[in-house]
Amino acid sequence: MSANVNTSLPLEYQTEQSRMNILGFWIFLGAEIVLFATLFSVYGVLYKNYAGGPTHQDIFMMKEVMIQTVLLLTSSFTMGVAIWEMRRNNKKGLIGWFILTLLLGAGFLFMEINEFIHYVHEGATMQTSAFLSSLFVLLGTHGAHVTFGIFWATMVIIQIVKRGLTPVTARKTFIIGLYWHFLDVVWIFIFTFVYLKGMVL
Amino acid sequence: MEKSTERFPLAHVFGFVMSLVLTFVAAWVALEMNLSFTIVMWIIGTLAVIQAGLQLFMFMHMTEGEDGKVNIINIAFMVFCAVVIVVGSIWVLTSGHAAH
Repeated sequence: MSANVNTSLPLEYQTEQSRMNILGFWIFLGAEIVLFATLFSVYGVLYKNYAGGPTHQDIFMMKEVMIQTVLLLTSSFTMGVAIWEMRRNNKKGLIGWFILTLLLGAGFLFMEINEFIHYVHEGATMQTSAFLSSLFVLLGTHGAHVTFGIFWATMVIIQIVKRGLTPVTARKTFIIGLYWHFLDVVWIFIFTFVYLKGMVL
Repeated sequence: MEKSTERFPLAHVFGFVMSLVLTFVAAWVALEMNLSFTIVMWIIGTLAVIQAGLQLFMFMHMTEGEDGKVNIINIAFMVFCAVVIVVGSIWVLTSGHAAH
């Protein structure tokens, strides 16, 4: 821990180390933007290559997709409120909103896995066509990020419970908050350029 | 960036309501209105970009702190890279395909 602690700032920004970690995480998110851009470009090139298999309209279930979208949007909001509670130094509020965020994330994941199972039952597997390969890779990479985020956040919550709100736990919480909002940003583009676009083709 | 003292997360509730509105408007335009494909894509694409900006500025506080400017330059550059990758790939691969 560095000695110069600036207590006029929020807890997560108080040490030089924390500020560097947060900046570094923003740079990582920049790399994540490019990672998802490559997957979107593969999908954008191959999305009409059905190879005689099912098309968008054959498999997409818009009601379920809307529910997934609302779950993830709400979880991004509750994550924001969790950080807001952290800045009020309200540990209980932070943990409560944080756990709610993860439950919403888990609900999203449950629905996405069901969606994949449904697709496979419809005969739309990853091997069926280039459209479905690129679709499963794009959605799967996003879903894997959500899964990883849930495990990561669980460990951060355990640390907050055990060690309380310190400059270190506050910084870790803030960083997973950034990660979680970022996944919602990616989902906005999946929702728009995969599902809605597929339905208006 | 400040320690919050207000008793209600007004900005977050506003951002949340806005993102729900943008999502449902996009769904309504795409699924219920009978517009041409190009027009629908322009409308829902714009709505998606607005909503992403909402997340970055209202929820992620991208501009706060001493590194706020660095964050903006970094994200703006990576978004530029993303656009080049996506639009460039689609342009090169589909126009090349159509020409043969």
